[in-house]
Amino acid sequence: MTWFTGHVDEVFGLARTHLVLSMVPLLFGLLIALPLGWMARRVPRLYGPLIAGSGLLYTIPSLALFILMPLVLGTQILDPINVIVAMTIYTIALMVRTVADGLAAVPDHVTQAATSMGIGRWRRFFTVELPLAVPVIAAGLRVAAVSNVSIVSVAAIIGVAQLGSLFTDGFNRAFVDPIVVGVIACLVLAVAVDAAILLVVRLLTPWQRGGAAA
Amino acid sequence: MIVLEDVQKRFPDGTVAVGGLSLTAPDGRITVLVGPSGCGKTTSLRMINRMIEPTGGSITVNGQDVAAMNPNELRRGMGYVIQHAGLFPHRSVIDNVATVPVLLGTKKSVARRQAMELLERVGLEPALAQRYPNQLSGGQQQRVGVARALAADPPVMLMDEPFSAVDPVVREQLQDEFLRLQSELGKTIVFVTHDIDEAIKLGDQVAVLRVGGTLAQVASPADLLADPVDDFVADFLGKDRGYRGLGFQATPQLPLREEVTVPIGSSKEQALRLAAGQRWILALDDQRRPLGWVEPEHLRDEVVPTMLHRGGTVASTEGSLRNALDAALSSPSRRGVIVDAAGRFVGTVVAAEVLSAVEVARADS
Ligand SMILES: Nc1ncnc2c1ncn2[C@@H]1O[C@H](COP(=O)(O)OP(=O)(O)OP(=O)(O)O)[C@@H](O)[C@H]1O
Ligand SMILES: [Mg+2]
Repeated sequence: MTWFTGHVDEVFGLARTHLVLSMVPLLFGLLIALPLGWMARRVPRLYGPLIAGSGLLYTIPSLALFILMPLVLGTQILDPINVIVAMTIYTIALMVRTVADGLAAVPDHVTQAATSMGIGRWRRFFTVELPLAVPVIAAGLRVAAVSNVSIVSVAAIIGVAQLGSLFTDGFNRAFVDPIVVGVIACLVLAVAVDAAILLVVRLLTPWQRGGAAA
Repeated sequence: MIVLEDVQKRFPDGTVAVGGLSLTAPDGRITVLVGPSGCGKTTSLRMINRMIEPTGGSITVNGQDVAAMNPNELRRGMGYVIQHAGLFPHRSVIDNVATVPVLLGTKKSVARRQAMELLERVGLEPALAQRYPNQLSGGQQQRVGVARALAADPPVMLMDEPFSAVDPVVREQLQDEFLRLQSELGKTIVFVTHDIDEAIKLGDQVAVLRVGGTLAQVASPADLLADPVDDFVADFLGKDRGYRGLGFQATPQLPLREEVTVPIGSSKEQALRLAAGQRWILALDDQRRPLGWVEPEHLRDEVVPTMLHRGGTVASTEGSLRNALDAALSSPSRRGVIVDAAGRFVGTVVAAEVLSAVEVARADS
Protein backbone atom coordinates (compact mmCIF):
# COMPACT_ATOMS: atom_id res chain seq x y z
CA MET A 1 0.00 0.00 0.00
CA THR A 2 2.88 2.35 -0.53
CA TRP A 3 0.87 3.66 -3.50
CA PHE A 4 -1.84 4.95 -1.15
CA THR A 5 0.56 6.71 1.22
CA GLY A 6 2.02 8.47 -1.78
CA HIS A 7 -1.39 9.57 -3.10
CA VAL A 8 -3.38 10.44 0.02
CA ASP A 9 -4.20 13.96 -1.13
CA GLU A 10 -5.30 12.79 -4.53
CA VAL A 11 -7.56 10.07 -3.08
CA PHE A 12 -9.17 12.50 -0.64
CA GLY A 13 -9.73 14.98 -3.45
CA LEU A 14 -11.40 12.33 -5.55
CA ALA A 15 -13.48 11.21 -2.56
CA ARG A 16 -14.72 14.75 -2.01
CA THR A 17 -15.81 15.06 -5.64
CA HIS A 18 -17.34 11.62 -5.42
CA LEU A 19 -19.34 12.70 -2.39
CA VAL A 20 -20.55 15.89 -4.06
CA LEU A 21 -21.45 14.10 -7.29
CA SER A 22 -23.51 11.48 -5.44
CA MET A 23 -25.04 13.51 -2.59
CA VAL A 24 -26.07 16.74 -4.32
CA PRO A 25 -28.17 14.67 -6.75
CA LEU A 26 -29.56 12.74 -3.75
CA LEU A 27 -30.84 16.01 -2.32
CA PHE A 28 -32.18 17.30 -5.65
CA GLY A 29 -33.75 13.94 -6.43
CA LEU A 30 -35.47 13.83 -3.06
CA LEU A 31 -36.80 17.37 -3.48
CA ILE A 32 -38.21 16.50 -6.89
CA ALA A 33 -39.55 13.12 -5.78
CA LEU A 34 -41.48 14.68 -2.87
CA PRO A 35 -44.07 16.50 -5.00
CA LEU A 36 -44.20 13.63 -7.49
CA GLY A 37 -44.80 11.07 -4.75
CA TRP A 38 -47.34 13.36 -3.16
CA MET A 39 -49.17 13.66 -6.47
CA ALA A 40 -49.11 9.90 -6.98
CA ARG A 41 -50.82 9.58 -3.60
CA ARG A 42 -53.32 12.35 -4.11
CA VAL A 43 -54.46 11.60 -7.64
CA PRO A 44 -55.13 7.86 -7.85
CA ARG A 45 -55.14 8.00 -11.66
CA LEU A 46 -51.56 9.25 -11.66
CA TYR A 47 -50.25 6.64 -9.24
CA GLY A 48 -49.66 3.89 -11.83
CA PRO A 49 -48.02 6.04 -14.51
CA LEU A 50 -45.84 7.97 -12.04
CA ILE A 51 -44.57 4.90 -10.22
CA ALA A 52 -44.03 2.85 -13.37
CA GLY A 53 -42.54 5.79 -15.28
CA SER A 54 -40.08 6.76 -12.58
CA GLY A 55 -39.17 3.13 -11.99
CA LEU A 56 -38.38 2.75 -15.67
CA LEU A 57 -35.78 5.55 -15.44
CA TYR A 58 -33.68 3.31 -13.23
CA THR A 59 -33.36 0.74 -16.02
CA ILE A 60 -31.50 3.16 -18.31
CA PRO A 61 -27.84 2.03 -18.30
CA SER A 62 -25.78 4.63 -16.48
CA LEU A 63 -23.12 4.88 -19.15
CA ALA A 64 -25.77 5.58 -21.78
CA LEU A 65 -27.31 8.24 -19.57
CA PHE A 66 -23.96 9.95 -18.93
CA ILE A 67 -23.22 10.00 -22.66
CA LEU A 68 -26.70 11.23 -23.59
CA MET A 69 -26.72 14.09 -21.09
CA PRO A 70 -24.58 16.56 -23.10
CA LEU A 71 -26.84 15.98 -26.12
CA VAL A 72 -29.98 16.62 -24.09
CA LEU A 73 -28.64 19.46 -21.98
CA GLY A 74 -26.34 21.01 -24.55
CA THR A 75 -23.47 20.94 -22.06
CA GLN A 76 -19.77 20.16 -22.54
CA ILE A 77 -19.00 16.47 -22.43
CA LEU A 78 -16.74 16.89 -19.38
CA ASP A 79 -19.16 19.12 -17.50
CA PRO A 80 -19.95 17.60 -14.03
CA ILE A 81 -23.50 18.95 -14.50
CA ASN A 82 -24.09 15.93 -16.73
CA VAL A 83 -23.33 13.60 -13.85
CA ILE A 84 -25.36 15.63 -11.39
CA VAL A 85 -28.45 15.54 -13.61
CA ALA A 86 -28.06 11.85 -14.43
CA MET A 87 -27.67 10.91 -10.77
CA THR A 88 -30.66 13.08 -9.90
CA ILE A 89 -32.69 11.08 -12.37
CA TYR A 90 -31.65 7.83 -10.68
CA THR A 91 -32.55 9.24 -7.30
CA ILE A 92 -35.97 10.29 -8.55
CA ALA A 93 -36.41 6.80 -9.99
CA LEU A 94 -35.91 5.26 -6.55
CA MET A 95 -37.59 7.90 -4.43
CA VAL A 96 -40.97 8.57 -6.05
CA ARG A 97 -42.38 5.24 -5.00
CA THR A 98 -40.80 5.52 -1.55
CA VAL A 99 -42.32 8.93 -0.96
CA ALA A 100 -45.73 7.70 -2.12
CA ASP A 101 -45.44 4.65 0.14
CA GLY A 102 -44.27 6.75 3.06
CA LEU A 103 -47.20 9.11 2.74
CA ALA A 104 -49.55 6.15 2.36
CA ALA A 105 -48.24 4.75 5.64
CA VAL A 106 -49.54 7.77 7.57
CA PRO A 107 -52.63 6.45 9.39
CA ASP A 108 -55.91 7.74 8.00
CA HIS A 109 -57.29 8.66 11.37
CA VAL A 110 -54.29 10.90 11.98
CA THR A 111 -54.74 12.90 8.75
CA GLN A 112 -58.46 13.07 9.40
CA ALA A 113 -57.85 14.33 12.90
CA ALA A 114 -55.56 17.00 11.44
CA THR A 115 -58.24 18.05 8.97
CA SER A 116 -60.87 18.10 11.69
CA MET A 117 -58.74 20.54 13.66
CA GLY A 118 -58.70 23.03 10.83
CA ILE A 119 -55.16 22.33 9.69
CA GLY A 120 -55.09 23.29 6.02
CA ARG A 121 -53.80 21.01 3.29
CA TRP A 122 -50.28 22.47 2.99
CA ARG A 123 -49.68 22.86 6.65
CA ARG A 124 -50.97 19.34 7.16
CA PHE A 125 -48.51 18.02 4.59
CA PHE A 126 -45.51 19.70 6.16
CA THR A 127 -46.37 19.36 9.84
CA VAL A 128 -48.11 15.99 9.94
CA GLU A 129 -47.83 13.81 6.85
CA LEU A 130 -44.22 14.48 5.91
CA PRO A 131 -42.79 14.07 9.43
CA LEU A 132 -44.67 10.81 9.83
CA ALA A 133 -43.43 9.57 6.44
CA VAL A 134 -39.81 10.21 7.42
CA PRO A 135 -39.01 6.65 8.55
CA VAL A 136 -40.17 5.10 5.25
CA ILE A 137 -38.69 7.85 3.09
CA ALA A 138 -35.39 7.58 4.95
CA ALA A 139 -35.24 3.83 4.37
CA GLY A 140 -35.53 4.47 0.63
CA LEU A 141 -33.08 7.32 0.82
CA ARG A 142 -30.43 5.05 2.31
CA VAL A 143 -30.80 2.68 -0.62
CA ALA A 144 -30.61 5.57 -3.08
CA ALA A 145 -27.55 7.02 -1.32
CA VAL A 146 -25.57 3.80 -1.53
CA SER A 147 -26.74 3.23 -5.07
CA ASN A 148 -25.57 6.74 -6.03
CA VAL A 149 -22.13 6.22 -4.47
CA SER A 150 -21.79 3.09 -6.53
CA ILE A 151 -23.21 4.31 -9.85
CA VAL A 152 -21.37 7.61 -9.93
CA SER A 153 -18.03 5.82 -10.32
CA VAL A 154 -19.05 4.90 -13.87
CA ALA A 155 -18.68 8.58 -14.77
CA ALA A 156 -14.93 8.03 -14.81
CA ILE A 157 -15.36 6.49 -18.23
CA ILE A 158 -16.66 9.80 -19.64
CA GLY A 159 -13.79 11.58 -17.93
CA VAL A 160 -15.40 13.12 -14.86
CA ALA A 161 -12.90 12.48 -12.11
CA GLN A 162 -13.93 10.90 -8.80
CA LEU A 163 -13.09 7.66 -7.01
CA GLY A 164 -14.10 5.75 -10.15
CA SER A 165 -11.09 7.26 -11.86
CA LEU A 166 -8.94 5.03 -9.68
CA PHE A 167 -10.55 1.99 -11.34
CA THR A 168 -9.96 3.22 -14.90
CA ASP A 169 -6.45 4.32 -13.96
CA GLY A 170 -5.56 0.96 -12.43
CA PHE A 171 -7.14 -0.88 -15.31
CA ASN A 172 -5.25 1.10 -17.95
CA ARG A 173 -1.94 0.55 -16.20
CA ALA A 174 -2.70 -3.06 -15.16
CA PHE A 175 -1.88 -1.88 -11.65
CA VAL A 176 -4.07 -3.26 -8.85
CA ASP A 177 -3.30 -0.87 -5.94
CA PRO A 178 -5.42 2.11 -7.07
CA ILE A 179 -8.32 -0.28 -7.74
CA VAL A 180 -8.20 -1.70 -4.22
CA VAL A 181 -7.91 1.76 -2.69
CA GLY A 182 -10.84 2.92 -4.85
CA VAL A 183 -13.06 0.05 -3.76
CA ILE A 184 -12.25 0.60 -0.09
CA ALA A 185 -12.78 4.34 -0.38
CA CYS A 186 -16.17 3.79 -2.04
CA LEU A 187 -17.16 1.39 0.72
CA VAL A 188 -16.11 3.78 3.47
CA LEU A 189 -17.97 6.59 1.76
CA ALA A 190 -21.15 4.53 1.42
CA VAL A 191 -21.04 3.45 5.05
CA ALA A 192 -20.36 7.01 6.22
CA VAL A 193 -23.22 8.44 4.17
CA ASP A 194 -25.54 5.72 5.44
CA ALA A 195 -24.59 6.44 9.03
CA ALA A 196 -25.10 10.16 8.50
CA ILE A 197 -28.61 9.60 7.16
CA LEU A 198 -29.40 7.29 10.07
CA LEU A 199 -28.27 9.94 12.50
CA VAL A 200 -30.40 12.64 10.89
CA VAL A 201 -33.41 10.33 10.94
CA ARG A 202 -32.93 9.61 14.62
CA LEU A 203 -32.85 13.31 15.32
CA LEU A 204 -35.95 13.87 13.22
CA THR A 205 -37.98 11.03 14.76
CA PRO A 206 -37.62 11.15 18.53
CA TRP A 207 -41.11 9.67 18.82
CA GLN A 208 -39.87 6.39 17.39
CA ARG A 209 -37.63 5.72 20.33
CA GLY A 210 -38.80 4.35 23.63
CA GLY A 211 -41.06 1.33 23.71
CA ALA A 212 -44.80 1.45 23.32
CA ALA A 213 -47.01 1.21 26.37
CA ALA A 214 -48.59 -2.10 27.25
CA MET B 1 -77.44 25.60 18.52
CA ILE B 2 -76.82 23.36 15.54
CA VAL B 3 -79.68 22.96 13.11
CA LEU B 4 -79.74 20.38 10.32
CA GLU B 5 -82.49 20.93 7.80
CA ASP B 6 -83.33 18.20 5.34
CA VAL B 7 -79.62 17.42 5.01
CA GLN B 8 -78.69 14.91 2.35
CA LYS B 9 -75.54 13.19 1.24
CA ARG B 10 -75.29 11.13 -1.88
CA PHE B 11 -71.76 9.93 -2.58
CA PRO B 12 -70.43 9.99 -6.15
CA ASP B 13 -70.91 6.21 -6.40
CA GLY B 14 -74.62 6.70 -5.81
CA THR B 15 -74.74 5.61 -2.15
CA VAL B 16 -77.25 7.68 -0.25
CA ALA B 17 -75.66 7.85 3.18
CA VAL B 18 -77.98 10.52 4.58
CA GLY B 19 -81.40 10.90 3.05
CA GLY B 20 -82.95 14.07 4.40
CA LEU B 21 -82.07 14.52 8.05
CA SER B 22 -83.62 17.29 10.11
CA LEU B 23 -82.41 17.69 13.65
CA THR B 24 -81.65 20.38 16.21
CA ALA B 25 -78.83 20.08 18.73
CA PRO B 26 -79.64 22.57 21.49
CA ASP B 27 -76.98 24.68 23.22
CA GLY B 28 -75.25 23.18 26.22
CA ARG B 29 -76.76 19.76 25.68
CA ILE B 30 -75.60 16.36 24.50
CA THR B 31 -77.39 15.18 21.38
CA VAL B 32 -76.63 11.55 20.58
CA LEU B 33 -76.92 10.10 17.10
CA VAL B 34 -77.41 6.37 17.36
CA GLY B 35 -78.28 3.68 14.85
CA PRO B 36 -77.08 0.53 13.16
CA SER B 37 -73.77 0.39 11.29
CA GLY B 38 -73.83 2.27 8.01
CA CYS B 39 -76.86 4.41 8.85
CA GLY B 40 -74.94 7.61 8.16
CA LYS B 41 -73.94 8.74 11.65
CA THR B 42 -70.34 9.58 10.80
CA THR B 43 -71.38 11.17 7.53
CA SER B 44 -73.92 13.37 9.31
CA LEU B 45 -71.37 14.42 11.93
CA ARG B 46 -68.74 15.26 9.33
CA MET B 47 -71.13 17.40 7.37
CA ILE B 48 -71.39 19.66 10.41
CA ASN B 49 -67.69 20.57 10.23
CA ARG B 50 -67.62 20.17 6.45
CA MET B 51 -65.19 17.30 6.31
CA ILE B 52 -67.95 15.99 4.05
CA GLU B 53 -69.99 18.41 1.95
CA PRO B 54 -73.74 17.78 1.91
CA THR B 55 -75.47 17.33 -1.44
CA GLY B 56 -78.68 18.85 -0.16
CA GLY B 57 -80.28 20.76 2.72
CA SER B 58 -78.60 23.20 5.06
CA ILE B 59 -76.69 23.20 8.33
CA THR B 60 -76.47 26.23 10.57
CA VAL B 61 -74.49 26.78 13.74
CA ASN B 62 -75.91 29.58 15.87
CA GLY B 63 -77.80 30.80 12.84
CA GLN B 64 -74.76 30.89 10.56
CA ASP B 65 -74.81 28.71 7.48
CA VAL B 66 -71.69 26.55 7.66
CA ALA B 67 -71.54 26.37 3.84
CA ALA B 68 -70.68 30.07 3.82
CA MET B 69 -67.85 29.74 6.33
CA ASN B 70 -64.17 29.03 5.75
CA PRO B 71 -63.88 25.29 6.50
CA ASN B 72 -60.66 25.57 8.49
CA GLU B 73 -61.97 28.41 10.62
CA LEU B 74 -65.20 26.50 11.15
CA ARG B 75 -63.26 23.44 12.29
CA ARG B 76 -61.03 25.35 14.68
CA GLY B 77 -64.18 26.41 16.47
CA MET B 78 -65.37 22.84 16.94
CA GLY B 79 -63.70 20.11 18.95
CA TYR B 80 -63.67 16.76 17.18
CA VAL B 81 -62.94 13.43 18.84
CA ILE B 82 -62.71 10.11 17.02
CA GLN B 83 -62.51 6.45 17.89
CA HIS B 84 -58.77 5.92 18.05
CA ALA B 85 -58.17 9.46 19.25
CA GLY B 86 -56.18 10.20 16.07
CA LEU B 87 -53.33 11.65 18.10
CA PHE B 88 -50.26 12.85 16.25
CA PRO B 89 -47.69 10.10 16.89
CA HIS B 90 -44.78 12.48 16.35
CA ARG B 91 -45.83 15.04 18.92
CA SER B 92 -45.71 14.74 22.67
CA VAL B 93 -48.99 14.53 24.54
CA ILE B 94 -48.81 18.15 25.61
CA ASP B 95 -48.08 19.39 22.09
CA ASN B 96 -50.95 17.31 20.76
CA VAL B 97 -53.25 19.10 23.17
CA ALA B 98 -51.80 22.51 22.34
CA THR B 99 -52.25 22.08 18.58
CA VAL B 100 -55.35 24.18 17.93
CA PRO B 101 -54.54 27.03 20.34
CA VAL B 102 -51.13 27.37 18.66
CA LEU B 103 -52.87 27.29 15.28
CA LEU B 104 -55.09 30.10 16.50
CA GLY B 105 -52.07 32.19 17.48
CA THR B 106 -51.68 31.48 21.19
CA LYS B 107 -48.05 31.61 22.29
CA LYS B 108 -46.59 28.14 22.61
CA SER B 109 -45.62 28.53 26.25
CA VAL B 110 -49.11 29.77 27.13
CA ALA B 111 -50.75 27.00 25.12
CA ARG B 112 -48.64 24.41 26.89
CA ARG B 113 -49.53 25.71 30.30
CA GLN B 114 -53.22 25.58 29.43
CA ALA B 115 -52.71 22.10 28.03
CA MET B 116 -51.28 20.95 31.36
CA GLU B 117 -54.41 22.17 33.13
CA LEU B 118 -56.61 20.41 30.62
CA LEU B 119 -54.74 17.13 31.01
CA GLU B 120 -55.40 17.28 34.69
CA ARG B 121 -59.03 18.04 34.03
CA VAL B 122 -59.50 14.90 31.98
CA GLY B 123 -57.81 12.84 34.67
CA LEU B 124 -54.27 12.45 33.34
CA GLU B 125 -51.17 12.74 35.44
CA PRO B 126 -48.80 15.60 34.58
CA ALA B 127 -46.01 13.04 34.21
CA LEU B 128 -47.62 11.78 31.01
CA ALA B 129 -47.43 15.17 29.30
CA GLN B 130 -43.97 14.63 27.82
CA ARG B 131 -44.70 11.17 26.47
CA TYR B 132 -45.51 10.28 22.91
CA PRO B 133 -48.96 8.82 22.19
CA ASN B 134 -47.68 5.29 21.57
CA GLN B 135 -46.43 5.27 25.15
CA LEU B 136 -49.98 5.59 26.49
CA SER B 137 -52.74 3.07 27.08
CA GLY B 138 -55.86 3.21 24.91
CA GLY B 139 -57.89 4.84 27.66
CA GLN B 140 -55.20 7.46 28.25
CA GLN B 141 -54.97 8.21 24.53
CA GLN B 142 -58.71 8.72 24.42
CA ARG B 143 -58.50 11.16 27.31
CA VAL B 144 -55.79 13.09 25.47
CA GLY B 145 -58.09 13.12 22.43
CA VAL B 146 -60.81 14.72 24.52
CA ALA B 147 -58.38 17.22 26.05
CA ARG B 148 -57.11 18.16 22.60
CA ALA B 149 -60.62 18.75 21.33
CA LEU B 150 -61.32 20.97 24.35
CA ALA B 151 -58.08 22.92 24.13
CA ALA B 152 -59.33 25.98 22.29
CA ASP B 153 -62.47 25.94 24.44
CA PRO B 154 -64.78 25.54 21.45
CA PRO B 155 -68.50 25.92 22.17
CA VAL B 156 -69.24 22.88 20.01
CA MET B 157 -67.90 19.33 20.30
CA LEU B 158 -68.37 16.62 17.71
CA MET B 159 -67.60 13.13 18.97
CA ASP B 160 -67.57 10.00 16.81
CA GLU B 161 -67.63 6.84 18.92
CA PRO B 162 -64.90 8.26 21.15
CA PHE B 163 -65.13 5.51 23.75
CA SER B 164 -65.76 2.44 21.63
CA ALA B 165 -62.18 1.27 21.24
CA VAL B 166 -61.57 0.73 24.96
CA ASP B 167 -62.64 -2.13 27.21
CA PRO B 168 -66.01 -1.91 29.01
CA VAL B 169 -64.60 -0.97 32.40
CA VAL B 170 -62.50 1.89 31.04
CA ARG B 171 -65.39 2.93 28.80
CA GLU B 172 -67.64 3.30 31.81
CA GLN B 173 -65.01 5.43 33.57
CA LEU B 174 -64.57 7.63 30.52
CA GLN B 175 -68.33 8.07 30.21
CA ASP B 176 -68.68 9.07 33.85
CA GLU B 177 -65.82 11.54 33.59
CA PHE B 178 -67.23 12.88 30.37
CA LEU B 179 -70.59 13.57 32.07
CA ARG B 180 -68.85 15.23 35.00
CA LEU B 181 -66.81 17.39 32.63
CA GLN B 182 -69.88 18.32 30.61
CA SER B 183 -71.73 19.34 33.77
CA GLU B 184 -68.90 21.85 34.36
CA LEU B 185 -68.42 22.97 30.77
CA GLY B 186 -71.89 22.87 29.24
CA LYS B 187 -70.74 22.40 25.65
CA THR B 188 -73.06 21.86 22.72
CA ILE B 189 -72.24 18.28 21.87
CA VAL B 190 -73.19 15.98 19.02
CA PHE B 191 -72.14 12.48 20.00
CA VAL B 192 -72.20 9.48 17.67
CA THR B 193 -72.41 5.91 18.91
CA HIS B 194 -73.85 2.59 17.81
CA ASP B 195 -74.27 1.54 21.43
CA ILE B 196 -77.80 2.28 22.61
CA ASP B 197 -76.86 1.95 26.28
CA GLU B 198 -74.19 4.60 25.84
CA ALA B 199 -76.71 6.78 24.00
CA ILE B 200 -79.20 6.48 26.83
CA LYS B 201 -76.61 7.07 29.50
CA LEU B 202 -75.04 10.15 27.91
CA GLY B 203 -77.74 11.79 25.84
CA ASP B 204 -79.91 14.71 26.87
CA GLN B 205 -81.66 13.84 23.66
CA VAL B 206 -81.20 10.76 21.51
CA ALA B 207 -81.78 10.64 17.76
CA VAL B 208 -82.25 7.13 16.39
CA LEU B 209 -81.34 6.84 12.70
CA ARG B 210 -82.30 4.18 10.20
CA VAL B 211 -80.07 2.84 7.46
CA GLY B 212 -80.34 5.33 4.62
CA GLY B 213 -79.76 8.18 7.01
CA THR B 214 -83.26 9.15 8.00
CA LEU B 215 -84.50 10.01 11.45
CA ALA B 216 -86.58 7.33 13.10
CA GLN B 217 -87.17 9.18 16.36
CA VAL B 218 -85.65 11.89 18.47
CA ALA B 219 -86.53 12.17 22.14
CA SER B 220 -85.13 12.25 25.64
CA PRO B 221 -83.85 8.83 26.78
CA ALA B 222 -86.79 8.42 29.16
CA ASP B 223 -89.36 9.23 26.48
CA LEU B 224 -87.59 7.01 24.00
CA LEU B 225 -87.74 4.05 26.38
CA ALA B 226 -91.30 4.79 27.36
CA ASP B 227 -92.65 5.42 23.92
CA PRO B 228 -90.72 4.16 20.88
CA VAL B 229 -92.49 5.23 17.69
CA ASP B 230 -92.20 1.94 15.84
CA ASP B 231 -90.84 -1.60 15.86
CA PHE B 232 -87.49 -0.53 14.49
CA VAL B 233 -86.86 1.85 17.36
CA ALA B 234 -88.29 -0.60 19.89
CA ASP B 235 -86.05 -3.40 18.62
CA PHE B 236 -83.08 -1.13 18.55
CA LEU B 237 -83.68 -0.05 22.13
CA GLY B 238 -83.64 -3.71 23.13
CA LYS B 239 -85.29 -5.54 26.02
CA ASP B 240 -86.02 -4.41 29.57
CA ARG B 241 -87.16 -1.01 28.35
CA GLY B 242 -89.63 -0.61 31.20
CA TYR B 243 -87.03 -1.42 33.81
CA ARG B 244 -84.36 0.75 32.16
CA GLY B 245 -86.88 3.57 31.92
CA LEU B 246 -87.10 3.61 35.70
CA GLY B 247 -83.51 4.81 35.62
CA PHE B 248 -84.84 8.22 34.53
CA GLN B 249 -87.49 8.51 37.23
CA ALA B 250 -86.41 10.34 40.32
CA THR B 251 -87.19 8.57 43.56
CA PRO B 252 -90.28 10.12 45.15
CA GLN B 253 -90.85 10.12 48.91
CA LEU B 254 -90.77 6.43 49.70
CA PRO B 255 -92.39 5.02 52.86
CA LEU B 256 -89.09 4.21 54.53
CA ARG B 257 -89.07 1.56 57.24
CA GLU B 258 -87.17 1.79 60.43
CA GLU B 259 -84.51 -0.84 60.53
CA VAL B 260 -82.65 -2.33 63.44
CA THR B 261 -78.96 -1.98 62.79
CA VAL B 262 -75.79 -3.21 64.39
CA PRO B 263 -72.47 -1.33 64.54
CA ILE B 264 -69.57 -3.14 62.95
CA GLY B 265 -67.41 -4.84 65.59
CA SER B 266 -70.32 -5.71 67.89
CA SER B 267 -70.34 -9.09 69.61
CA LYS B 268 -72.47 -12.01 68.46
CA GLU B 269 -74.64 -11.69 71.60
CA GLN B 270 -75.31 -8.03 70.91
CA ALA B 271 -76.19 -8.79 67.31
CA LEU B 272 -78.54 -11.60 68.31
CA ARG B 273 -80.23 -9.39 70.87
CA LEU B 274 -80.68 -6.49 68.40
CA ALA B 275 -81.97 -8.79 65.68
CA ALA B 276 -84.59 -10.13 68.07
CA GLY B 277 -85.31 -13.18 66.00
CA GLN B 278 -84.95 -11.60 62.55
CA ARG B 279 -82.68 -13.57 60.23
CA TRP B 280 -80.83 -10.56 58.73
CA ILE B 281 -79.58 -7.39 60.34
CA LEU B 282 -77.81 -4.44 58.70
CA ALA B 283 -74.29 -3.55 59.81
CA LEU B 284 -73.23 0.13 59.79
CA ASP B 285 -69.89 1.83 60.25
CA ASP B 286 -69.33 4.55 62.81
CA GLN B 287 -70.57 7.19 60.31
CA ARG B 288 -73.85 5.24 59.98
CA ARG B 289 -72.96 4.19 56.44
CA PRO B 290 -74.31 0.75 55.50
CA LEU B 291 -71.67 -1.96 55.17
CA GLY B 292 -73.78 -5.04 54.48
CA TRP B 293 -76.32 -7.48 55.87
CA VAL B 294 -75.30 -10.08 58.39
CA GLU B 295 -76.91 -13.26 59.87
CA PRO B 296 -76.29 -13.13 63.64
CA GLU B 297 -76.94 -16.87 63.93
CA HIS B 298 -73.95 -17.60 61.74
CA LEU B 299 -71.50 -15.28 63.46
CA ARG B 300 -68.58 -16.84 65.23
CA ASP B 301 -67.81 -14.07 67.71
CA GLU B 302 -67.97 -10.53 66.30
CA VAL B 303 -69.58 -8.69 63.41
CA VAL B 304 -66.53 -8.53 61.14
CA PRO B 305 -66.40 -7.41 57.50
CA THR B 306 -65.76 -10.95 56.24
CA MET B 307 -69.11 -12.10 57.63
CA LEU B 308 -71.09 -9.46 55.69
CA HIS B 309 -73.30 -10.30 52.71
CA ARG B 310 -72.03 -8.10 49.88
CA GLY B 311 -74.66 -8.76 47.22
CA GLY B 312 -77.09 -5.96 47.99
CA THR B 313 -76.97 -2.65 46.13
CA VAL B 314 -77.58 0.60 47.92
CA ALA B 315 -79.92 3.31 46.60
CA SER B 316 -79.82 7.00 47.37
CA THR B 317 -82.86 9.14 48.04
CA GLU B 318 -81.39 11.30 45.26
CA GLY B 319 -81.19 8.36 42.86
CA SER B 320 -83.68 6.84 40.44
CA LEU B 321 -86.54 4.45 41.03
CA ARG B 322 -84.47 1.86 39.20
CA ASN B 323 -81.80 2.11 41.88
CA ALA B 324 -84.41 1.83 44.64
CA LEU B 325 -86.06 -1.20 43.04
CA ASP B 326 -82.73 -2.86 42.46
CA ALA B 327 -81.73 -2.25 46.07
CA ALA B 328 -84.85 -4.09 47.22
CA LEU B 329 -84.48 -6.94 44.72
CA SER B 330 -80.80 -7.50 45.45
CA SER B 331 -81.07 -7.41 49.22
CA PRO B 332 -80.83 -10.82 50.97
CA SER B 333 -83.38 -9.58 53.52
CA ARG B 334 -85.65 -8.34 50.66
CA ARG B 335 -85.44 -4.92 52.29
CA GLY B 336 -83.62 -2.42 50.09
CA VAL B 337 -81.10 -0.15 51.77
CA ILE B 338 -81.67 3.57 51.22
CA VAL B 339 -79.12 6.26 52.08
CA ASP B 340 -79.16 10.05 51.97
CA ALA B 341 -77.01 12.20 49.72
CA ALA B 342 -74.11 11.88 52.16
CA GLY B 343 -74.31 8.08 52.10
CA ARG B 344 -75.80 7.68 55.58
CA PHE B 345 -78.42 5.04 56.19
CA VAL B 346 -81.98 6.40 56.35
CA GLY B 347 -84.18 3.31 56.13
CA THR B 348 -85.26 0.37 54.00
CA VAL B 349 -87.93 -0.20 51.43
CA VAL B 350 -89.44 -3.38 49.95
CA ALA B 351 -90.03 -4.01 46.24
CA ALA B 352 -93.81 -3.75 46.49
CA GLU B 353 -93.52 -0.25 47.90
CA VAL B 354 -91.17 0.83 45.13
CA LEU B 355 -93.60 -0.56 42.58
CA SER B 356 -96.48 1.39 44.11
CA ALA B 357 -94.32 4.49 43.82
CA VAL B 358 -93.78 3.60 40.16
CA GLU B 359 -97.52 3.39 39.66
CA VAL B 360 -98.05 6.74 41.33
CA ALA B 361 -95.33 8.33 39.19
CA ARG B 362 -96.96 6.85 36.07
CA ALA B 363 -100.36 8.21 37.00
CA ASP B 364 -98.88 11.65 37.60
CA SER B 365 -97.03 11.90 34.30
N1 LIG C 1 -66.67 8.03 0.61
C1 LIG C 1 -67.75 7.21 0.48
N2 LIG C 1 -68.14 6.80 -0.73
C2 LIG C 1 -69.22 6.01 -0.87
N3 LIG C 1 -69.99 5.57 0.15
C3 LIG C 1 -69.64 5.94 1.39
C4 LIG C 1 -68.50 6.80 1.63
N4 LIG C 1 -68.39 7.00 2.95
C5 LIG C 1 -69.41 6.32 3.52
N5 LIG C 1 -70.17 5.70 2.59
C6 LIG C 1 -71.37 4.89 2.83
O1 LIG C 1 -72.34 5.69 3.44
C7 LIG C 1 -73.05 4.95 4.42
C8 LIG C 1 -72.99 5.63 5.75
O2 LIG C 1 -71.65 5.63 6.22
P1 LIG C 1 -71.25 6.18 7.65
O3 LIG C 1 -69.79 6.06 7.79
O4 LIG C 1 -71.84 7.52 7.84
O5 LIG C 1 -71.98 5.14 8.60
P2 LIG C 1 -72.01 5.06 10.20
O6 LIG C 1 -73.43 5.22 10.60
O7 LIG C 1 -71.03 5.99 10.77
O8 LIG C 1 -71.59 3.55 10.44
P3 LIG C 1 -70.67 2.89 11.59
O9 LIG C 1 -71.53 2.73 12.80
O10 LIG C 1 -70.31 1.57 11.01
O11 LIG C 1 -69.49 3.78 11.79
C9 LIG C 1 -72.47 3.55 4.39
O12 LIG C 1 -73.28 2.74 3.59
C10 LIG C 1 -71.12 3.75 3.77
O13 LIG C 1 -70.73 2.59 3.07
MG1 LIG D 1 -69.17 5.76 11.83
